[in-house]
Amino acid sequence: MLNTPEILIVEDDAQIRRFLRTTLAAEKLRYHEAVSAAEGIAQAKARQPDLILLDLGLPDADGLDVIRAVRETSQTPIIVLSARGQEADKVTALDLGADDFVSKPFGVGELLARIRAALRRSATIRDGAVGTVYQAGTITINLEARTIRVAGQEVHLTPIEFRLLETLVRNAGRVVTQRQLLIEVWGPQHSEQGQYLRVYMAQLRRKLEADPARPRYLLTEPGVGYRLTTE
Amino acid sequence: MVEPHRPDPDALLERMKHEANQGSRGRLKIFFGASPGVGKTYAMLQAAHLERKAGVEVLVGVVETHGRAETESLLEGFDILPRKRIDHRGMALDEFDLDAALALRPGLILVDELAHTNAPSCRHRKRWQDVLELVDAGINVYTTVNVQHLDSLNDVIAQITGVVVRETIPDSILDEAGDIELIDLPIDELHRRIQEGKVYLPQQAKLAMESFFRTGNLIALRELALRRTADRVETQMDAYRGRHAIRSSWPVNERLMVSVGPSPFSAKLIRSAKRMADRLDAPWIAAFVETSRYRKAKPEVRQRVLASMRIASELGAETVTLAGEDVAATLLTYASSRNVTKIVLGKQTGPLWKRVWRGSVVDELLGNSGDIGIIAISGEPENLANDWPAGTAPGAIAWRGSIFTLATVLTCTVLSIGLRDALDPVNLVMVFLLGVLAVAIHLNRTQSFLASILSVAAFDYFCVPPYNTFVVSDYEYILTFIVILTVGLLVSTLTGRLRLQANSAVEREARTHLLYRFVQALADERHPRELGDHPWRIVSEAFQVDTAILLPDQDGKVTQQADLGSFTAPETELGIAQWVFDHGQKAGEGTDTLSGAKALYMPLRGARQALGVLAIRPRSSDALTTPEQQHLLEVFCSQAALSMERAQATEEAQTAKLRAETERMRSGLLSAVSHDLRTPLATITGAASSLRAQRQHLDTPAQLGLIECIEQEAERLARLVNNLLEITRIESGSIELKREWIPLEEIVGSSLIRMGSALEPRPVQVDIPVDLPLLFVDEILLEQALINILDNASRYTPANGAIHISASTQNGGILLAIEDSGPGFRPGEEAQIWEKFYRGSAGTGTGAGLGLAICQSIVRAHHGTIEAANRPGGGATFRIWLPVPPQQPEIPDHA
Repeated sequence: MLNTPEILIVEDDAQIRRFLRTTLAAEKLRYHEAVSAAEGIAQAKARQPDLILLDLGLPDADGLDVIRAVRETSQTPIIVLSARGQEADKVTALDLGADDFVSKPFGVGELLARIRAALRRSATIRDGAVGTVYQAGTITINLEARTIRVAGQEVHLTPIEFRLLETLVRNAGRVVTQRQLLIEVWGPQHSEQGQYLRVYMAQLRRKLEADPARPRYLLTEPGVGYRLTTE
Repeated sequence: MVEPHRPDPDALLERMKHEANQGSRGRLKIFFGASPGVGKTYAMLQAAHLERKAGVEVLVGVVETHGRAETESLLEGFDILPRKRIDHRGMALDEFDLDAALALRPGLILVDELAHTNAPSCRHRKRWQDVLELVDAGINVYTTVNVQHLDSLNDVIAQITGVVVRETIPDSILDEAGDIELIDLPIDELHRRIQEGKVYLPQQAKLAMESFFRTGNLIALRELALRRTADRVETQMDAYRGRHAIRSSWPVNERLMVSVGPSPFSAKLIRSAKRMADRLDAPWIAAFVETSRYRKAKPEVRQRVLASMRIASELGAETVTLAGEDVAATLLTYASSRNVTKIVLGKQTGPLWKRVWRGSVVDELLGNSGDIGIIAISGEPENLANDWPAGTAPGAIAWRGSIFTLATVLTCTVLSIGLRDALDPVNLVMVFLLGVLAVAIHLNRTQSFLASILSVAAFDYFCVPPYNTFVVSDYEYILTFIVILTVGLLVSTLTGRLRLQANSAVEREARTHLLYRFVQALADERHPRELGDHPWRIVSEAFQVDTAILLPDQDGKVTQQADLGSFTAPETELGIAQWVFDHGQKAGEGTDTLSGAKALYMPLRGARQALGVLAIRPRSSDALTTPEQQHLLEVFCSQAALSMERAQATEEAQTAKLRAETERMRSGLLSAVSHDLRTPLATITGAASSLRAQRQHLDTPAQLGLIECIEQEAERLARLVNNLLEITRIESGSIELKREWIPLEEIVGSSLIRMGSALEPRPVQVDIPVDLPLLFVDEILLEQALINILDNASRYTPANGAIHISASTQNGGILLAIEDSGPGFRPGEEAQIWEKFYRGSAGTGTGAGLGLAICQSIVRAHHGTIEAANRPGGGATFRIWLPVPPQQPEIPDHA
C-alpha cells in the first residue's frame, strides 16, 4: 500500500455525505462522491477506487444494480449502508458480491472497523499473502496445522466445526451470509438448512467463547449471517 | 264533508318509496280494449306519433298490424327494432328482442300484445315480463291488452264466451301501470269494421262473427272492460285521497283467507277471492293445508296446487302452506293467529253420504269459526277419485294382501273346526273376529271387507249347525256379520289414518332434520361470507342435484368460485345467473324465466340485497319436481343468504371496531410523535448548537459531556422510531413470521450485544441450559421482543441492580424469565403495561409506552404467552413461554 486508499461514496443524502467526508478525512483517507447510481457506476469504472461505500436507496436506481454493474469488471470491496429491518436486501446485496454492510444509524467506530477490515482483506488477496495463523483475542487459530488454542489450551474441533470456523476465519471481520456458510461447509444441496448452522455455531461458541450467551468473537448478524471479529 | 286527517306515516313512507321507484323506472301505458279489432294498436301508434313530435325518441319494439292497412300506414317514420329469429322445433319464430331494446335505451318503446307467450328459449316465458324489465330499466313503454287476458277475469270470460284464454297477465300490471287508456268502440261499429274486413280477412271474418264476436259476448266483454277501468280509476281516486289525507270512510280491518285445494276449481276460487279482497280493499292470504293424504297424491295434483298458489301470489296474495291432518282446524288456527276476518273456500259438491261420512270442511268450519265469516263458493264437482291413488302400487299390494287375507281366514276356519265341539258358536265368532282384526290392522279397507265376508261365510258353513251348509237358521247371524264387517272397516280406517299420520310425521321430521343439518352446517362454516362446500353438499344429497355457488365481485358481476359446488355452471348461462342476481328472482329450468336453461338459478336474497346465486342442476328428471322440495329449497336459500348477511354484518362491525382502535392508535402515535420524539430532538439541537456557539468557552470535559448527551439522545430517538415503525407494522397486520430453527441462547446473545452499553454497569447473569430444544421462531422479531424487555429492565433497574435471564423447558415449550431489580409494579399495573402508550409511573418516562405492547404482539404471533409479575424479593419478572414443535429437525453428524 503505497498510496492512501481511495474511497468512493455513493449516497444521495447530503448530510450523510458530509458526515462521511469528515470522518474519512480525519482518518486521512481520500474520497470521491457520487449522488446517484449512474454516477456511482461511472466513477467506479473511471477511478477504480480501493473501496465503495454504497447506499442501497438511491434516487435513480436500486443500489443492488450498482453492485451488479461494478462486479462485472472489478472486485473492489463494497460496503453497503442500509437501514435496520431491510435484512432481505442486505442478504441479496451480500449474495450479489457486496463485502459487508453497516446498518443506519451507525457510529464512526463501527464504520471505520468495517472499512479497515475490507481494505485489509482486499490487500491480502491482492498481495497473495494469505496467512495461516489468526489471532482473535485469546483464540489462536492455525489453519495449516488445524489447531485451535483458547488461552493456550488446545481445543478439539469436529471436522464440520473446523470447516465452519475456517470459513469464518478466511472472511475475518466480514459478515458471511447463512447461505454462503451452508454452501461452504455442507455443500450447495443444504443451502436452506439454517438449523445446521445454528446448532454447530452454538457448539463452536461453547468451545471457544468464555460466555457463549454473550459471545465476543463469533457474532450473529440477525437475519443475515455470522461474523468473526478480530478486534 | 271532507275532514282532513294526518296521513299514516307508514303509508306515507310506502308511497314515498313507490314514487322514488317511479322516478328511476319507466312509465307504462296500457291501451286497454274489450276485444280484438277495437283499435288499440292504432291508438297506440297515434299516441306515439304525438310523442315523437314532442321530441321523444320512439322505437317500435313489436307491433302486430295483422295486415290492417290503416295501422300499417301509421308505422311510417318510426325506427323498428328487428325481431330476433328463434328456431323452435324446426319452426322459425320471430320474437321481440329484449336485449337489443335494453341496449338501445329509447325514450319510448312500443310493445304490442302484452299477453303474448314467448318462444321457450327467450329469457322470459311471457311478454309482460319483458315489459316489466324494460320499465325497471327506466324505459317508457306503450303496450296493448284485451280484457279477456286479465288473470282475475279469466274464468268469468271463459264462462261467458266459452273460449278459455290461455295467455293471461297478472292484474297487478294493470293496477300498477302509469296510465290506462280504454279504447272503446260501440259494438255495431266493431261489427261494421269486421264486415268491412278491417279486422280479419273476409273468410275468417264470417267465422269470427259467429263465434267470439257474437253480440252477446261483445256486450259482456265491453262491460267488463269498462268496469275494470272504472275500478282502476277508483283506485287512483283512493290513492289521491290518501295523498291528500282525505278519508271518506273508516277502513274496515278486513283480512281474507282463501283455502286452496288440489281441485282444478281452486284457480276460480282464488280469482273470486281476489275480487272480493279488492272490493273490501283488504289484504288476503292463500292458504294450503298439506295433509298426509295430499303427500301421496299424484304429481299432477301437487303441480296443480303449486300452480294455484302461484296464481294467488301473482294476484297479490300472501301464500302460506300449513301442515296438518284436520283441514278445518288447521285453517281456523292459522286464521285466528293472523286476524283473518273471512275465510273463502269451495263448497264440496260430492254425494251427500260421502260428505256425511267424511265430514265436510265447510260444515266443520261453520261449526267452529266463531267470529270469522265463512264464504263458501260453489264449484264444479270434485273428481277426486282419480287424484288420490289408493296405494303406491295397487296391483302388487292387492295380490299379496289377498293371499294374507285368505291365509288368515283359513287359519281361523281350521281352528274353529277343531274347537267347534268344545265351544259355542258365539265364542267361535271371536276367533274369526280376531282374524278380521289382524287383516284390518295390516291391510286396507278392501281386504278387511273381503276378510269379513269370507269369515262370515266360513263361520256359517263350518261352525253353525247344521254344519257344511250355508243355511242360516237364525237371523242373529246376520247381526254377527254386520258386527264383524263394521269392526273390520273401522279398524282398517283408523289404522290407515294412523299410518298416514305417522308417515307424514316421519316426513316432516326428515325435512326438519334436513333443515337443522343445513343450518348447523351454515353455523359451522368458517368463512360464512362466501359459504364453503359443506352446506351445499347437504342440499346436493337431499335433492339429488348438483349445486354451484356464484358470488359477485366488486363490480357486482357474478362468477363461480372455483372450489364451491359440485358442478361448473356453463359459461353460456352466466348471463342468466347475472340476471337472477340483479333482479332477485329465480330463473332457469322449471321457472317462467329462461326456462330453456340447463340449471335452475336461485337468488340468495338477504334482507338488504342479493348476496349471490345458487345454481342447481338436477341429476335426474324427477329431482326437484315436488312443490315441497321447491319450497324447502327456497327456505335453504334464504337461510344461507341470512347467514351470509349476518357474517357480512359481523365483519363490518369488526372493521368498525378496528377502525375505532386504529383511531385510538393514531391519536396515541400523534402524542408520541409530538412529545416523545421532540424531547430527544430538543436535547440534540440544544447540545449541538451550544457546542457550535460556545466552543471557546467550553472546556474539553464539558464538550465531551454535550457530545455524549447528543449520542445518547440520538440512540433513544432511534429506539423510539424503531418501536413506532414496528408497532405500525404489527398493527397493519402485515406481520409475517419468518420462522427458523434457532437456539434460544443465540437470540439472547444477539439481543444482549445489541443492547450494548445500555445495560452497563448493571450485572447481567445468563443461565440457559445447554440441552434446550431448538425454537422455531422469527429470529428478528423475537430479538426485538427481548430487547424491549431488556430496555425496560435497564430503565427501571438502578445502576447497581442485577438483571437475571434464565430458561427452562415447561409444558412442551421453553419458559424464559427476565428478572430485574427495579421497583416492580404497583398493584394492578401488571395488566396495564401491555397497553399501547402506557407508561409506568415509576420509570424515567423516556419511552413512548410501545415496547411492551410490541413484545406482547410478537409473543402472541408465535402462539406463546407473556406475563409480568412482581418478584418476591422486589423487582419485576417477565416470563415468556414459547411453544416448541415436538418434531425437532435432524442435524447430520451431530454429537
